[in-house]
Amino acid sequence: MTAIYRQQRIAFRLGLGLLLSSVALLMLGASVGSTGFESVLNAWTDPMAQQIVWDIRLPRTVGAWAAGALLGLAGAVAQGLFRNPLADPYLLGSASGASLGVALALVFFGVSPFATLWLVRLGLTGAAFAGAVGAVLLTLLLAQGVQHTLRLLLSGVIVGVVLGACASLAMLMVPEVMQSMQAFMMGSTGFVGWAACTLLAAVWLVCMVVAWMLSHVLDGLSLGEATAESLGLPLPRMRAALVTVMALATGTAVAQTGLIAFVGLAAPHLVRSVAKTTHGRLILLSSLMGAALLLAADILARWLIAPQELPVGVLTAILGGGYLLWLMHRNTRVSSRASL
Amino acid sequence: MKSLRQKFVFCLAVTSCLASAAQALQVTDDHGVNLSFDRTPQRIVSLLPSLTETVCELGQCQRLVGVDRYSNFPDSVRALPQVGGGLDPNIEAIVALKPDLVLMATSSRAGERLQSLGIKVMALEPKNHADVRRVLEKIGQVLEVSDAQRVWRVIDAAVSAAAQSLPASVKKTRVYFEVNRAPYAAGESSFIGETLTRLGAKNIVPMSMGPFPKINPEFVVRANPDLIMVGDRNYAGLEGRPGWVAIRAIKDRRVCVFTVAQSDVVVRPGPRMAEGARIMAQCLLDKSL
Repeated sequence: MTAIYRQQRIAFRLGLGLLLSSVALLMLGASVGSTGFESVLNAWTDPMAQQIVWDIRLPRTVGAWAAGALLGLAGAVAQGLFRNPLADPYLLGSASGASLGVALALVFFGVSPFATLWLVRLGLTGAAFAGAVGAVLLTLLLAQGVQHTLRLLLSGVIVGVVLGACASLAMLMVPEVMQSMQAFMMGSTGFVGWAACTLLAAVWLVCMVVAWMLSHVLDGLSLGEATAESLGLPLPRMRAALVTVMALATGTAVAQTGLIAFVGLAAPHLVRSVAKTTHGRLILLSSLMGAALLLAADILARWLIAPQELPVGVLTAILGGGYLLWLMHRNTRVSSRASL
Repeated sequence: MKSLRQKFVFCLAVTSCLASAAQALQVTDDHGVNLSFDRTPQRIVSLLPSLTETVCELGQCQRLVGVDRYSNFPDSVRALPQVGGGLDPNIEAIVALKPDLVLMATSSRAGERLQSLGIKVMALEPKNHADVRRVLEKIGQVLEVSDAQRVWRVIDAAVSAAAQSLPASVKKTRVYFEVNRAPYAAGESSFIGETLTRLGAKNIVPMSMGPFPKINPEFVVRANPDLIMVGDRNYAGLEGRPGWVAIRAIKDRRVCVFTVAQSDVVVRPGPRMAEGARIMAQCLLDKSL
């Protein structure tokens, strides 16, 4: 009993720590950009500095936080749902679907006035979201529902590969879009405005509440599907709801910020390495972890070679991957010493 | 002993003279590979649009037997067989055309494969104004066209004429040229930037940031350009980016949107650079206050 109590306390501390570091990072994010601190100092007197801080830096900082939170949440749900520590939010083909959507939009931009008019209304964000959600629907169609985990996984991989190939083909045919596509694939929070922020935050809230309410299903699933069913859980419907949460969270994040690697995969692992806890808490903590990770990476991406910018996805992979590798090695050393 | 060495040196000199007489053409490409031709190439495959344009500008369009899928100027090359893209050429299709010279970019991997199949490959990658001249002269040398220098002088004079056509008030316009929506900008050291500099415009992306840096969008807001140049493909949504409404160029509606065909001319470091300069000069003039 005391062990569980201790774990709960660790989880609570971790949550508090992540919240505090998020606040610190938000403040740092508002002051780091291509032009450095003087924009913040002049924000009250110089209208341009005010605009840079208020219309560009703050929304992109909050947006990076929210997108990371969505990816962390989707990652925790995916790993619970598929009972697979390698599962990530892009598992059901949403990443390739989104790239195909963006690639097609870029190819058709400016080709005919009609297509441009229609695409401007939809925007790249809309195209990416439609692509991501469409890919997940296609995966569900191929897997004939959500009942069979293995079939769902395989369909996701197949849809991912096929749509990815289509996107590559589009890029090869119109090489002018290649660089824009590459930037999308490595992710960027550069164009997140307040409207996008509101959307990200609203989706995060909805997904968080639904995932929280269904977290006992994930706890049940961790004991095996047969056991979960014997507990009397209406699995098919709840799994469908969880897949929806995952697709919605991933699609929204991808549409606003591009394919940011590794946050969804690493965040739940980072949380689990510190605190052993139930899925309800894991989802929340993983979400906060993803948010802090992406925001930290975004700040570094803006700052390292300012006024140029690094693709944020590269930094999330280096930061998250490096830390995870270090944890893994430390754990192996500790356990091998223990076994000796 | 000494006379023996003298004889040896003399023999060496004679043989090298004979060799150079037999192989009239010797050029070095951008990979540093020495190419020698017994006779000037008659069947050429070009795998880069700007090289295709260069060959045609020298009046040797009829020697082209195949081009890459992106070569679209002059119109006559559209009728030629397409052998894939510069980065993913169809080796078999190229070999089937029996070329005696393949012109391609240095960045393509296909060169080694083609060379191992016994095809002469000349890798050239024009990136700036000086390169355009160099490539014109190199290709002119290989094709034994005597007036490559003159062709360059005509192009160069046309760029200067475009610059001189602009009134002094238009010069010193501060310009942001967006290459694509990542956003990548064309800096002062890029081909596009060099043209802008010759037109007298001021680029907001300095030399120190490299030719095509990926910039932070707030950098553009900070620099507050008077004029934005962007391609049709990348224009959609530009004015709606967070914070961009306050940029002077957008407030004053001084945004030039180039069509796909115009963008091809403006961004390709090739013999149409004078036309590119005229397009940009027209933009500076149309959107002047």
